[in-house]
Amino acid sequence: MHTLNECEKACKVRVVKLNAKTDLKQRLISFGIMKECVIEVLELAPAKSTIEIKVGKMRIALRAQEAKLIEVEKIDDES
Amino acid sequence: MMNHEEIKSCPVIANHIKIALVGQPNVGKSMLINSVSNAHLHVGNFSGVTVDKTEVLFDYKEYHFTVVDLPGTYAFTDYTIEERVTHEYLCAESYDLIINVIDSTSLEKNLQLTAELMSMSKNMVIALNMDDEAKKENIEIDVAYMSELMGIPCVKVSAVTKNGIEDLLNAVIEVRESTAQNAKLIFSEAVEEEIATIVNYLHKHKYEAINSYRNIAINLLKNNKKTYEKLHDNPIWTELQPILIEASKHVELHHDSDDIKEAFAEEYASFNRGIVAEVLYQEVKIEKKTITEKIDSVLIHPIAGIPIFLFFMWGLFQLTFEIGSIPMDWIDAFFGWLGDTVGATIANDDIRSLVVDGIIAGVGAVILFVPNIIILFIGIALLESTGYMSRVAFLLDGFFHKFGMHGQSFIPLVTGFGCSIPAYMSARILKNDRDRLLTLFIIGFMSCGARLPVYVLFIGAFFAPEMAGNILFAIYIGGAMLGMIAAKILKMTAFQGEDEPFVMEMPKYRLPSLKLIWHTVLTKTMMYLKKAGTFIAAASMLVWFLSNYPKNLFLENEYTSKIEAVQAEKSKITLENKLAEVLLEQSYLGQIGKFIEPAFAPLGFDWKMSVALQTGLAAKEVVVSTLGVLYALGSDVDAQNNSLISAISKNISFASAMSFIVVIMIYLPCLAASIVFTREAGGVKYFFYLFTFTSVIAYSMAFITYQIASMFS
Ligand SMILES: Nc1nc2c(ncn2[C@@H]2O[C@H](COP(=O)(O)OP(=O)(O)O)[C@@H](O)[C@H]2O)c(=O)[nH]1
Repeated sequence: MHTLNECEKACKVRVVKLNAKTDLKQRLISFGIMKECVIEVLELAPAKSTIEIKVGKMRIALRAQEAKLIEVEKIDDES
Repeated sequence: MMNHEEIKSCPVIANHIKIALVGQPNVGKSMLINSVSNAHLHVGNFSGVTVDKTEVLFDYKEYHFTVVDLPGTYAFTDYTIEERVTHEYLCAESYDLIINVIDSTSLEKNLQLTAELMSMSKNMVIALNMDDEAKKENIEIDVAYMSELMGIPCVKVSAVTKNGIEDLLNAVIEVRESTAQNAKLIFSEAVEEEIATIVNYLHKHKYEAINSYRNIAINLLKNNKKTYEKLHDNPIWTELQPILIEASKHVELHHDSDDIKEAFAEEYASFNRGIVAEVLYQEVKIEKKTITEKIDSVLIHPIAGIPIFLFFMWGLFQLTFEIGSIPMDWIDAFFGWLGDTVGATIANDDIRSLVVDGIIAGVGAVILFVPNIIILFIGIALLESTGYMSRVAFLLDGFFHKFGMHGQSFIPLVTGFGCSIPAYMSARILKNDRDRLLTLFIIGFMSCGARLPVYVLFIGAFFAPEMAGNILFAIYIGGAMLGMIAAKILKMTAFQGEDEPFVMEMPKYRLPSLKLIWHTVLTKTMMYLKKAGTFIAAASMLVWFLSNYPKNLFLENEYTSKIEAVQAEKSKITLENKLAEVLLEQSYLGQIGKFIEPAFAPLGFDWKMSVALQTGLAAKEVVVSTLGVLYALGSDVDAQNNSLISAISKNISFASAMSFIVVIMIYLPCLAASIVFTREAGGVKYFFYLFTFTSVIAYSMAFITYQIASMFS
């Protein structure tokens, strides 16, 4: 199982599970990060401390710490 | 049926429409409010919190509109103060209907909030804003179909081109005149089944309620606290509870999750996907990089990003304090002139002193900061409305997080090097309570411009000129580093607990709108003048009083006759200065200084230095002029004054001077800043925390400095 913080730049993944506690989970969901959604990693801050992702049309920044709580699976590049 | 005449005869009550404006951040709510012509703007605060509240009043057709702009919120979570304010307002306040503002260019994301609003069963109108941008991106939305699908009127508008504003208002009037709306929020089969079960149960027992049964059922399933509480005391609860537990289990099973809120979020999302699929057409999906992504690849570049940002900050800083100082000089000169002119017309000494040194100087001190505040807020409004601010947080969060702070803390902290007042105010860009409070506590460690004269004076007295620059730099950097350490310590003690998560939208880059910036800056400046202004003026008068009273006529007469007795101009001035010194010594302030002298003895301060520190509480610049008075040189001295420098190097030991500098670096910011701090932090208790916190650190650091320096000299 992968978590989002392990992803490299420009990789595309699908969310499998959110392991965050209630509050943070709510926050993630309100940003559209929920099961089944597709995430693209856009940019990594120096030392990977913060990552920028794209969900739908929305760009979101989050810390590696929070990204670690998002379980993802790689999407095979078919498109 | 009432006829038209009757309605007109009672316009105020009959035709008032109160609207709550709700939307996610950055959808253009403020812009929309501003685009209504001839509207009256009211700014204020939501009760109890430092969140700006903008109300707009205007007339359209035969109606009086009141629109309340609620802070942007992504969903009904209570994560930030803004979200809490919005949530509470929507649940508890009375209003006629909601206008839900939506960014047409990202419909699906925005509808997530809409779905939550729909489950509140209030009347609603949806404003599809940014229609102009949507057209550019070849997005087409079938509003008629969308209105039908959702059971809510949807109107295309553009706050920029002002298209569709009238349609929106007409739709609002129509909703207001019709009976209750029937929003059509449809869930998956599993959830609908459970809703039906609960509704049937409520029917059977003829439960009395204002809301529809469907609404109650949804709220129960969502674990809504209020609905629970209401039903909990009802006799049907004992039977209802097992049904509910069963229903929740079913829903959770269906979503393969043990979190009912997550399950509902997924329900909303799939409802929204359905809507979007039906009503939105976008020609040829351009999978190329968007403009925003192109700009981002430069601005948040792993290597170039931070230097670019530092350059912007440098520019803003230069503007704030270079250009800002020009009108500041004028304002200063104006109040000086005003004081002299008004003073000349008042015969009574006491009254003149009260008016000139107390009131006019006090009000002048408030107005003096306005240019700084305006320029800084224009800068911040630019950073925020272009979307760059979020990038800043992205770039710097890694570093600041190590010290328990947030990437955006950087801006208030840097501003603190100029002046603490705008710095405290700019801490509002931090949306999270704890992050903001922590930053507020640290700002004081960044030495503000007003402390510079004190440093220059003491460095001049004790160090060789070629060392001066390095020492000054060391003081500034030392303060900043101390601040970082203090932040870390606070984080591990007072602000202990789990880190606040950092999840933030990076909005699209947009060209700033002049009107919007003007609006934001005006709001902020008015707030400063209104709230802080009155306090600052009052407090300056208090300090004036403490340093001028009690009067001592005996001393005054004695010196006046002495002054008259001597001939030489020089000895006259010396005597006048001596009078100022003895008067200050026996004033309330001087008495306090004497009283607390023993407390400062371990730091190597005499009573003169203690008094100078206290007057520094009023404004840091005053420290130098107080020292001037106390060393009987008159108050017109500045940091470059050689006689003051030599007086200080003669009367103060090196070790005492060093510990004095340390105290100046750390202790409480000036009165005006402290008042702004208290307001921004949200309570007087925080002022006492700040007072204790800075005093303890200043005292212990100064003590250590004094001991070490004494060993060497
Ligand atoms: N193109 C376009 N831009 C808009 C429109 N409405 C607002 N904006 C821009 O969107 C940004 C955010 O607007 P603002 O009113 O601050 O959003 P709020 O956070 O919802 O109050 C600003 O830069 C506006 O200039 C619109 O109808 N069309």
